Parts: sequence; C-alpha cells; structure tokens
Amino acid sequence: MAANPMSQFDVYRIGPEIKVGAFDISFTNASLFMILSTVSILLIFNLGSKKNSILPNKIQLLAELSYTFVSKMISDTAGSKAKPYFAFIFSLFMFVLFCNMFGMIPYTFTVTSHIIVTFVLAAFIFIGVTVIGFIKHGFGYLKLFVPSGVPAVLLPLIVVIEIISYLSRPISLSVRLFANMMAGHTMMKVFGGFVISLGIVGGWLPLSFSVALTGLEILVAFLQAYVFAILTCIYLNDALNLHH
Amino acid sequence: MVKKIYFHSIFFSFLIIKEAFAAESGGMPQLNPEFWVSQIFWLILTFGIMYLVLSKLILPKISNNLESRKSQILENIEAAEKQREDSDAKLKEYDEIISKSKLEANSIFNQAREKALKDIGAKREVLDKQIDNEIAEAEKEIDVLRKNAPDKINKIAIETSSELLQKLIGAEVNNSSISAIVDDLSKRNGDKYYGN
Repeated sequence: MAANPMSQFDVYRIGPEIKVGAFDISFTNASLFMILSTVSILLIFNLGSKKNSILPNKIQLLAELSYTFVSKMISDTAGSKAKPYFAFIFSLFMFVLFCNMFGMIPYTFTVTSHIIVTFVLAAFIFIGVTVIGFIKHGFGYLKLFVPSGVPAVLLPLIVVIEIISYLSRPISLSVRLFANMMAGHTMMKVFGGFVISLGIVGGWLPLSFSVALTGLEILVAFLQAYVFAILTCIYLNDALNLHH
Repeated sequence: MVKKIYFHSIFFSFLIIKEAFAAESGGMPQLNPEFWVSQIFWLILTFGIMYLVLSKLILPKISNNLESRKSQILENIEAAEKQREDSDAKLKEYDEIISKSKLEANSIFNQAREKALKDIGAKREVLDKQIDNEIAEAEKEIDVLRKNAPDKINKIAIETSSELLQKLIGAEVNNSSISAIVDDLSKRNGDKYYGN
C-alpha cells in the first residue's frame, strides 16, 4: 500500500456489502470520513451555539466567526437576495473544508479527492442555480448568454462561448477541487516515499519539503473550500441578479 | 523555490501516476466506478442530514445569538448615549448656575462698590463742608486780627516812642501828639504793609 502514491485514494469496503437493487451502497472508508466530517461539524457548531453569552467562549467564537465569515462572503458576492441559500452555502463550505482538513491527517482518506464526490456537489449546484435562474427570470434567464454591448457580428460567437462556459461550470468546479486535493496528497506521498528511499543520509531534504508542503496543503485545503463556496456564490449571483 | 519544487513534484507525481497506470489495472482509484454509487449515496445522506440539522437547528441559533448580542450591545450603547445626554444636560444646568451666580456676584460687588462710593462721597461732602467752615472761621479770625493789628501796632508804637523819647531826651511828651504822628505815619506806611 505504501509504495504507490495513488493507493491513498483507494476506496474499500468497511463491513458487509450492502446492495439496493443493482446498486452497491456499501459502507466504505469514504463514507466513514464523510460521516466523521459531518459529525464533527455538527458537534462543533452545536457546542458553539448552545450558550449565548455576551462574551463568547472559544468554541462559540469559532462558530460565530465562521457564520459571519460565510454570511459576509455571500452578501459581498451575491447580495442580500442570496440570504435563503445561506444555510446551503455554509454547509457546503464547511463540508468541503472539513473533508479537506481531515485529509491532512496522516493515514486518513480525503473525501474531496474523488472526482465523483466533487462532481455530484458541483452538478447539484449547477442544476440548482439553473433552476433558480429560470424560476426567478423565466426565459429571461437566457439573457445571461447574451452580454450587453457586444457588436451584432460577434454575437453568435459570444453566445456559443458563453453557453460553453456556462455548461463547463460544473466540470471546472469539480475538477478544480478534486485535482487540487489529489495532486497535493500525491505529492506529499511522493516526498514521503523519497524520505524512506533516501534514508537517514539524504532523507532530510525531502522531509523538510514534506513539512513545508504540509503547511501549503493546509492552506490549499482552506483555499479550495473557500473557492468552491465563493464560486457557488458567484453562480448564484448570476441566477439571482441577472445583469451581465 | 517552493513553487518550482511544487510543480516539479507534480510533474514527478504524474510520471509516477503513469507508472501506476501501467502497473495497476485500476490506475487512478478515482476513475474506478466500483464505489461511485456508494460514494454518491453516502454523500447525499451525510450532506443532506448535515444540511438539515445545520439549517433547521444550529444556524438559526447562531444567528439568534448574534442578533441578541447585537441588540444588547445596541441597547447598552443607547443607554450610554442617554446617560451621556443626561450628564450633558446636568453639565449645562451646572454651567448656567455658575454663570448666574457669577452675574449675581458681579452685581453684588457693583452694588457694594456704588454704596461705598456714595458713602465716601457723602463723607467727603461733610468733611468738605467742615473744612470750608473752618477755613471761613480762620479767615474771619485773620480778618479780625488784621483789622485789630494796626491799632495794636499804633498803640505799641505810641507807647514805645513815648518811652523812647522820655529816655532819650528826658522830657515827657504828650501822648496825644505822639499818637497823631504815629497815626499819620501808619496811614502813610499802612498801605505799604497791608496793601489792600
């Protein structure tokens, strides 16, 4: 297992095989870390919202700072109309952040390093945003593909480009997160392998890189969660406030 | 530097991934669809439950907490503002009292000064009158003395000159003739001494 840097992404069954019809929904290590992430999120935020003291304690401060951070992010990018979607974006940000951060612990599994997970999230966002856009603006939502102030000659080309860029949103959103997580973890594994193969004499250099990379990866873990959430906000903004 | 190494190692890792592709049948485990359905199922389950609990139970509580803290802080600020206004009003009142009492003190001072000046004036008048009276009396006395002075001088002159004559020539001279001479002289010289 240790030799192959990709083996850390292996999904394996924990416990018995569960089948519903033709589908295998067995409990896997991915499921385990999804549950760990959600349970820790719920625990932290439950503890952080239990008491209401004027001077918040540390965990309450954490919960409230996260709340205001996400709420400011949403109101800055998508305006006040995005308020009803606050809970979803908050959950999204926290879920991705915790999955990324859990992945930084050695011997854990990174849920977000799997394209299928990020793609389902991105596809859900894409479909949701499109549905919201059509509900809010009807067929006027299609004006999103026709930017104002473009010369008529260029319009057919621009519309095609806009449609392609719109349709590629779920792919770019999901691949960005997945590729970042996978590349970072692979790289750390590779450097870890170098430490072992170069031994006590030459292993210090890759070890120091590993240490630096760990810091970088923690930054990336946060940044990617933030980017994922803020892109969702931007897409939502397009759907809510149609001015292109 | 770190960036360079980062990209280098990404390159490296892709090489290794290629090897892994060659070595293993699955290659990237991410592209193995064996557990896709399971991952989707558990993702929807866990994320859905988390979303429901967060949106229905936890986030409203946090927003409530923030809201109540905000309102409490606002209330406190309001109370502080009110107290400040109160103290401002009190300060104004105090200032008014001070300026009023200053004015009062000023007027009292002025009154006292006026009264003192009046007193002084009255006393001065009385004193002036007294002095005038005294001066007048003294002048009167001087006048009397001046009026009497030639008579007395004449008398002295008569007596002295009669005695002088007696001693010088040994004869008694008639007083009346001497007095006539003296009168005559004094009349002539009187203007010189008492030139009025």
